[in-house]
Amino acid sequence: MSQRIRVLVRPKAGILDPQGQAVERALPALGFEGVENVHVGRLIELDVADPSQVADMCEKLLANPLIEDYEIVEA
Amino acid sequence: MRFGVLRFPGTCDEVDAQLACERVGEAVILWHGDTDLQGVDAVVVPGGFSYGDYLRVGAIARFAPIMESVIAFARDGGPVLGICNGFQVLCEAGLLPGALLPNRTLRFVCRQVNLVVVHADTVFTNACEEGERLSIPAKHTTGCWYAPPALHEQVEANGQVLLRYAPGENFNGSLADVAGVRNEAGNVFGLMPHPEHAVDPLTGSVDGLKIFQSVANHVGAAHV
Repeated sequence: MSQRIRVLVRPKAGILDPQGQAVERALPALGFEGVENVHVGRLIELDVADPSQVADMCEKLLANPLIEDYEIVEA
Repeated sequence: MRFGVLRFPGTCDEVDAQLACERVGEAVILWHGDTDLQGVDAVVVPGGFSYGDYLRVGAIARFAPIMESVIAFARDGGPVLGICNGFQVLCEAGLLPGALLPNRTLRFVCRQVNLVVVHADTVFTNACEEGERLSIPAKHTTGCWYAPPALHEQVEANGQVLLRYAPGENFNGSLADVAGVRNEAGNVFGLMPHPEHAVDPLTGSVDGLKIFQSVANHVGAAHV
């Protein structure tokens, strides 16, 4: 039996996130006002036999802990 | 002396790197799936888009079979030069401090940049003068060097920043204008600009040759 896992990877707080800034600037141009703190990250979905290994996978490959935070969600 | 230039799927600057190396020594291409470094004296990890830059730049390439040998070579003190994507790969492999983030502008930029040589008494800059300016092209989308404050402080305190963008030339937003940084031991160095594209007067500058010449000087001196 494998378990469906979602890993959410975000730029670490305080790190320059030009993608988030670009999206934040684009939204008002389409008439969407009142949007702030936009950040763009990655979603990684995977089926794993042993969910306890996912944190290690994140540390070693799925995220770069120097610049990214990750969150593991059981789907 | 003999350089080994790595080739991953998606590498595109290995031939220019090989030609640059051949101006100061011999050079062979090393395939990512092999593990034999063929007894080379120095390794160049060249530019390009290894493994399509999937996941993060450099993230997959660091697990290529050849990288195990490169990491062991580096740990033994062998000179390793990472250029552009090669710099990103060496950061991901933990051989160099920090990480490369998307350019502040999010744009791909291709232009000649002026770099200032911060330290000239190193494996990679001994053919330069301290304070000298090098004119070398840069071409990348993900070249904004970053390190968390404590790591950055340590890198500066150890004198690991060998090249900085000259005033007004830091187009990618790199922390403290860092263009090239070495490891603590001094035998691994990475930079975003491309010295291999500045080795022939035909293309306007031969300043890049000094980086390759420095490595050759170092290897030559070690063999005397």
